[in-house]
Amino acid sequence: MDSHLSRRGFLSQSLTGISAVWISAHWPAMLSAATHARQSAKFSSPAKFEHFSPEQAAEVDAISARIIPTTDTPGAHEAGVVFFIDRALVTFAKDNQKTYAEGLPELQARVREMFPAAGKFSAATPEQQDKILESLDEQSRDAGRTPFRSSAGAQSFFETARVHTIMGFLIDPDSDKRGNRDGAGWKVIGRDNEHMFQPPFGYYDKDYPGWQPNPPDADKTKS
Amino acid sequence: MTLNQPKYKTTDEVDFVVIGSGAAGGILAKELSESGFRVVVLEQGPYLTEKDFVHDEIKVLNQDFLTNHPDLQPTTFRKTPQDKAKQQRALVYGRLVGGTSTHFTANFWRFHEIDFIERSKVGPIPGATLSDWPITYADLEPYYTKVEWEIGVSGQAGASPFDPPRSKPYPMPPLPVKSSGVIFERAARKLGWHPFPAPMAILSQPRPGRSACINCGFCLAFGCEVGAKSSSLATAIRFAEKTGRCEIRPNSYVHRIELDANGRATGAVYFDAQRSVQRQKAKAVVVCANGAETPRLLLLSANKQFPDGLANSSGYVGKNLMLNSGGVTTAVFEEPLNDYKGFAVSRILHDFYELDPDKVGFHGGGGLDARFDMTPIGFALGNLPPGSPRWGKGFKEVLSNNFTRTCEIFGHGTSLPVENNSFSLDPDVKDAWGLPALRLTYKDHPDDLKLSTWLNARSAELLDAAGATKMWAPPVQEQQFAVHLLGTCRMGNDPKTSVINSDHRTHDVKNLFLCDGSSLVTSGRGQPTLTIEALAFRAADRITALAKRGDLPA
Repeated sequence: MDSHLSRRGFLSQSLTGISAVWISAHWPAMLSAATHARQSAKFSSPAKFEHFSPEQAAEVDAISARIIPTTDTPGAHEAGVVFFIDRALVTFAKDNQKTYAEGLPELQARVREMFPAAGKFSAATPEQQDKILESLDEQSRDAGRTPFRSSAGAQSFFETARVHTIMGFLIDPDSDKRGNRDGAGWKVIGRDNEHMFQPPFGYYDKDYPGWQPNPPDADKTKS
Repeated sequence: MTLNQPKYKTTDEVDFVVIGSGAAGGILAKELSESGFRVVVLEQGPYLTEKDFVHDEIKVLNQDFLTNHPDLQPTTFRKTPQDKAKQQRALVYGRLVGGTSTHFTANFWRFHEIDFIERSKVGPIPGATLSDWPITYADLEPYYTKVEWEIGVSGQAGASPFDPPRSKPYPMPPLPVKSSGVIFERAARKLGWHPFPAPMAILSQPRPGRSACINCGFCLAFGCEVGAKSSSLATAIRFAEKTGRCEIRPNSYVHRIELDANGRATGAVYFDAQRSVQRQKAKAVVVCANGAETPRLLLLSANKQFPDGLANSSGYVGKNLMLNSGGVTTAVFEEPLNDYKGFAVSRILHDFYELDPDKVGFHGGGGLDARFDMTPIGFALGNLPPGSPRWGKGFKEVLSNNFTRTCEIFGHGTSLPVENNSFSLDPDVKDAWGLPALRLTYKDHPDDLKLSTWLNARSAELLDAAGATKMWAPPVQEQQFAVHLLGTCRMGNDPKTSVINSDHRTHDVKNLFLCDGSSLVTSGRGQPTLTIEALAFRAADRITALAKRGDLPA
């Protein structure tokens, strides 16, 4: 289902199982939350890039898909992380344009060096892609080669892509950042995509019997 | 923003100019305007309201939507006065109407009797400028109660056997317990400790114009979109505006307080949003700019009479900074806690509030709380167990298992005041307005570090009793980042060793008052905001009494 439609519909949908008392106590807040949801609806993601060329986007998408791979649950690709990174590079992460401008050709150079038959990163097998990324990961203990050193003004390419992928996977899907499409990232980590919750919240508080006073044995002398 | 606000001219000599609109400034603005005075509040940050508060972690955390910005306001750090300070981010505070109270965790502990008289009780401590307060817990108790009732605090009176006496219960019941709270409560009782529902400045029941907490989960560091967090923005500022006598003037960055020929403050000099210099005239000045910016403003206001900084005849302006000690232990459990739902803290304990130095080998004390205050991106980047994969399938597995199964135990404790620990003006680095940047000088008193380590050991003991499947804690290190900003213009009877008297009036300038974290003489056990707000209510009473008996310039 389209996430924005579901956000707009959340008032009616999320009320099941919530008591009338709770609803009346929280009504102003729920209206406010609904306003937030409506505001967010205008940020739908057109399948258009603002910074990357389609070729660059395909490579970045492939990188993000190894940082958070698709398994039995969605990964960075399904969450549209490449759209997040694309917008980031023309907004809050403008300073990182150089990092990607230098990093993507370096990535390509490593493909040619390590797996010439693949042609480009996005065409390599997942195993080959992981080896290439390991070679770029300055913190990987088994890199076995000199990590790529970016020039002044650019950051470590792999680390930047890693952080951006995680951000794009887990950002509030109602934000204007174009990440976490359909709340896919939050589903993976088990975070319900709702604006409000009521107890019980988790396993350990569901059978809580209520507050019982401490036994009156407190030794008020020093511990 | 209400339509009821007056618009004063800068040339109108209002009764009070209040600098800063946070925990203390908001309350002083409310109390003074409700007492009939004309008040202008100058706030350096913007006037945001509930509709502006979003769950966008990048905007709020990475881009400092609500906080001081390192590009506009760079800061520097050094460990001792002998070192040259390096430019690095040294502190964070709320830079908007409502100040830090807008984005804080909302832990709302009272100080205990001991916090006011510790020096008398324990004697001198080498390396520390520990001092008694000029007021006692009993003097402040009515004001603690006033804060709790007027702004809205949830809690359970009498639940902790260590609590100091109180004249009234809390105005509303505690917030619901979280899974981390249940785990904490059960394990603490197993160990013979006394956990209790955390007092929080977050509504468990609605109040006019404000919702009860909806447990949205974006709490610490975020503004509350439903007004449930009892910030000055959601409470005191609104009341001040209702009087029709208080103007909140945002985007007004005060950088100088000027004196007339008689040594009286004449008002405040500030940059407006266009960076033009304005002078707001006032009969008296109340500085509530926080424990970093208040001393900075006094130091920036040095003049012929006060070459070392305004009201700094003691030399104590900016000194004796206390950040509070403490540590974090993170743990993973078998089943989902879903602690991302709700406010941060639901259970705490105060069994270690007052430790016996003869038994533990250091001075101090503290408390523990159970919490989860992480948001998804921050969690994924910083809160997986050490050694976890950083990307790929293994990373995704740990991340998806742990997000719902993680909680933290925080230790919060004393900081001893040390004279060299300070905020001062950096001689080289300037902010975006060309003013000297804040320089943090800090080296924890050795006892504070021992206490932090000791509290971490209690957290580990508790998590062990709770059956955590995994736990870890970063090693205790000397601090170089400030959140709690305490003690830098301390209160006292002796003008040689304090900056303000017990009326919050500076010893040196008759119509200049200071009230915020800088006023504190001791650090308490890690949760200063309720005390700052109680002091603000009390300061307003004292200042009003002085004005009514003609002891302020007309």
